[in-house]
Amino acid sequence: MEKGGIRVDPVTIDTTKIRMTKRKPETALEKLEDTGLINTLLAAKDREGFILLTTIDQAINWGRLSSLWPVTSGLACCAIEMMAVSMAHHDIARFGMEVFRASPRQADLMFVAGTVTKRMAPRVKQLYEMMAEPKWVISVGSCANTGGPYHESYCVLKGVDNIIPVDVYIPGCPPRPEAWLYGIIQLRQKIKNEGYGVKWGLNK
Amino acid sequence: METETLLLNMGPVHPSTHGVLRFKLRMDGEIIRDCQIVVGYLHRGTEKFGEMKTYLQFIPYTDRLDYIAAMPNNYAYVKAVEELAGIEVPLRAEYIRVLVMELNRIINHLVMMGSLLLDLGGSTMIMYGFRERETALQMYEMLCGARMTFNYVKPGGVREDLPEGFMPKLNEFIKDMEKRIVDYEELVNGNEIFLMRTKNIGVISAEEAINYGMTGPSMRGSGVDYDIRKVEPYSIYSDLDFKACMCREGDSYARYLVRVDEMRESLHILRQIADTIPEGKTVNQRYGMAPNTGAPSSVMSYFPRIFTPAEGEVYSRIEAPKGELGFFVASDGTTKPYRVKIRSPSFCNLVALPKMVLGLKIPDLIAAFGTIDIVLGDVDR
Repeated sequence: MEKGGIRVDPVTIDTTKIRMTKRKPETALEKLEDTGLINTLLAAKDREGFILLTTIDQAINWGRLSSLWPVTSGLACCAIEMMAVSMAHHDIARFGMEVFRASPRQADLMFVAGTVTKRMAPRVKQLYEMMAEPKWVISVGSCANTGGPYHESYCVLKGVDNIIPVDVYIPGCPPRPEAWLYGIIQLRQKIKNEGYGVKWGLNK
Repeated sequence: METETLLLNMGPVHPSTHGVLRFKLRMDGEIIRDCQIVVGYLHRGTEKFGEMKTYLQFIPYTDRLDYIAAMPNNYAYVKAVEELAGIEVPLRAEYIRVLVMELNRIINHLVMMGSLLLDLGGSTMIMYGFRERETALQMYEMLCGARMTFNYVKPGGVREDLPEGFMPKLNEFIKDMEKRIVDYEELVNGNEIFLMRTKNIGVISAEEAINYGMTGPSMRGSGVDYDIRKVEPYSIYSDLDFKACMCREGDSYARYLVRVDEMRESLHILRQIADTIPEGKTVNQRYGMAPNTGAPSSVMSYFPRIFTPAEGEVYSRIEAPKGELGFFVASDGTTKPYRVKIRSPSFCNLVALPKMVLGLKIPDLIAAFGTIDIVLGDVDR
């Protein structure tokens, strides 16, 4: 597009400039811009091809990653650190994640926090299946990742990825809250790059 | 009017069962007529690991029994091994052991108070409890680098000496906690809703508590004066001035009050230790090899990785935050124990729950269950 002799590429609008010229929102568009949604819509990524769906993807992903609601399912030691993460000092409310749901039907995210025994495994699987799509799983701690210190045990599952798909693994026994936060950030990055365009192979 | 009873399943995934416990309730309307406890969802075969691992290798597994307060588990097992092998411990090491255990008792009771109040619908206490817990955990990190699973107490002493800056931090913590406990009491004790939810709920008499084999604060809430630190003093507890906290009522509120008092007593013990801790070695020098020179972690090499106690068996018990924690260790003269049996306080206290809740409603079950204070790792082992 030619404008005053300067070529402006609509895909590479510098979103930082929009923020710099910020004033009190008056029009509906400016109010929308104030929420940050328009920035996400306008944000251009290096993806080639399917421009229409990528911007929609970005808006959807932004919504999804900003309010991940975890299901309350502590299994063992790591569950205590899960409580510590959700308390004031480490405060996962910063990620919009403090809403621990008692029912898996209302949750987007499952922390498999602790040792998954063979007796508990069908229940964990059922819990995962009860969650509505889209859903993500973070496997926390050595026990859930591989069996950990209980790898030789006769009654412990050797990794929760034997029964359900896992998005992010957090190592540690139990992981420090900082490690949890890093794992959560990794999951957010992952969700950011998801999308229908990616799923259907449209933007190749 | 007779109604049909309904079998209601509660758990294993339930926010108020503190892990993976399952209740099978037979309900008559809203009244609990029968309560069966189904355990085993976290059975990890810890006792079998005692037979598979050497004496020292088993210590990290004891951390994961009662994971809210891991240090007493460490100590209980190590105490059994020391009695089995006849290992003596320097006085400073004993002081450090009692220090870390009493600190852990405070952490345990903070978490218990927080989760009880959370189950009853008040979310402020757990924020306070975990704030203080975080301060205490920072001290543990200074000490041994871990937050929850310490692996700190070793046969013949402790792994590391107190680091520089630990004592000032401890004194600060004691000073803070004294004020904070008053805050908690103001927040919780007079709360009308809390009183209605816990008074005369889950009552168990002294006689029944003894017959069910309850121990620890849960039993002392029924007015039984039984504290292993007093009855059968171990370590340096006979030199310390403290009292076994007690209440007579035997209901949920009484069990809660016992724990608040115990936190005070633990602070009192910590203060005494901070004043009187002797200088000296933190590990028995005669036992094991000489340390390697150089690296700071060379303290580890005081302990031989493999040692063989003489044939025999020992049962040793301590007063863990939740009650009597006992380790039975049998040796057949090899490098690994022949048998390790764990008498865990949570499991033995839990069996009294069905007796407490008959004729009550489900919310009362939660209030009674919260004050028994169990950890599933300790129940299922």
